Amino acid sequence: MNAAGISVWQIGSVAVQVALCVVGAPLLVGLMRTVRCRLEGRVGPPVRQTWRDLRKLLAKQRTQPEQSSFFFAVAPVVLVATTIVVIAFTPMVTTRTALLGGSDLFAIVFLLLLGSVSLALAALDTGTAFGGMGSSRLMAIVALAEPALLVAILALAAPVHSSSLPVIVAGSLHHPMWLATPQRLLAFGAFVIVILAESGRLPVDNPATHLELTMIHEALMLEYSGPDLAFVVLGESLRLTVLLALLSNLFFPWGIATALTGVSFVVAIAVLAAKVALLAVAVAAGEVAVAKLRLFRVPELLAGAFVLSVLAVLSALVIA
Amino acid sequence: MYDSWLLRVLRRGARVTETAPRPEQLAGAAVPVRLNLRGSLQLRHVDAGSCNGCELEIASIFSPFYDAEQYGIRLVASPRHADAALVTGPVTKNMAGPLRTTIEALGAPAIVIALGDCAKNCGVFAGAYGVEGSVTDVASVQLEIPGCPPAPADIIAALRGLSQT
Repeated sequence: MNAAGISVWQIGSVAVQVALCVVGAPLLVGLMRTVRCRLEGRVGPPVRQTWRDLRKLLAKQRTQPEQSSFFFAVAPVVLVATTIVVIAFTPMVTTRTALLGGSDLFAIVFLLLLGSVSLALAALDTGTAFGGMGSSRLMAIVALAEPALLVAILALAAPVHSSSLPVIVAGSLHHPMWLATPQRLLAFGAFVIVILAESGRLPVDNPATHLELTMIHEALMLEYSGPDLAFVVLGESLRLTVLLALLSNLFFPWGIATALTGVSFVVAIAVLAAKVALLAVAVAAGEVAVAKLRLFRVPELLAGAFVLSVLAVLSALVIA
Repeated sequence: MYDSWLLRVLRRGARVTETAPRPEQLAGAAVPVRLNLRGSLQLRHVDAGSCNGCELEIASIFSPFYDAEQYGIRLVASPRHADAALVTGPVTKNMAGPLRTTIEALGAPAIVIALGDCAKNCGVFAGAYGVEGSVTDVASVQLEIPGCPPAPADIIAALRGLSQT
């Protein structure tokens, strides 16, 4: 340990979870696509298909609309950078993370929002009709989803009297009975709906659509090509990964390392990968069974998520 | 012998995709290696005035039976994302401009594929009053897939030859 009291393991855990997410996020999206194809009776692309696409895109020419400003070029970088900061701050491998001070639920939620806003501004910057339509839709969804996410995590933060994510995760590890309380179950429902909305999955948005008029997330990236598109695709997959990792560690925290030893780290990494992959398979399997909601019904779904999270907070207060 | 649905599911899962023919290099098609796709081919489809026969065959290559997606072939919503413009039909006067704009918007390196006999030489529509010409007359075509309409297996074989899978 050095003077600041931070061990090599703690810094190593941050590096490991960032590296693991950057390599694993495209594979996770590929896994979801493959599962979906198999359930539809198709062979489907291999799991590494997203990496193949990224490798090809990185070698292609980048284009920029004539009337757009520098913001169009920086938005994909902002999206990836903010998401990597979120990954570094989220307790994924250990609850004793080196970045304890910054690992606050408000910071995490607002950093995720920064990525969405930069992409929405870049889509407006292109001056195309579909870009503007996509960004206005994204803002409408984000404005409804973010409060639900904040309030849902607040219900989990209430028992430990702290908005720090490692403290919340460690608290539910020490009190396993908390996992089956009403506020947990209500918050879990809200969390799942918000994750589907934030990452542009069915029933809110269809990631495989070619129809511009039904697009939300896809409409934002219509003008990107080459390395810029690769960054947007990577950023979106990183967002999905960090949200699923957050879901698994907040509600199923078993396996996360509480001691700073090599064995617990290896176990934590393996368990985290298994939990996130299992959640991704569940989301993909659910997607086969549902259709996309009509756009005007999406606010009702997100309002439902908000009601669930408010009820979660209320029941947390009543039980306390 | 009648192969029941249950027996088939028990033997190989609920998969309906058939084994596809090997990829082939079409005779006379100078497929540029500079594309360097290696199993990732995104197509922007442009209907320049087709009778929709070719569209039916394109739709069927993405069906569970042929499943072109297993070779990394996908249709995309924007020419910016595409490696090739997949053009069908004779080019009508009204579609010549949009076709040129789409080809211009492709992110380099990219090619133009003419799908079907109409795209190649206007087919039965040659000399019709609304027809500007074949795709070759409007843009430089790097790959031609003949047929009226081409069979799904032929389309997949040609595209696999292009994406090196």
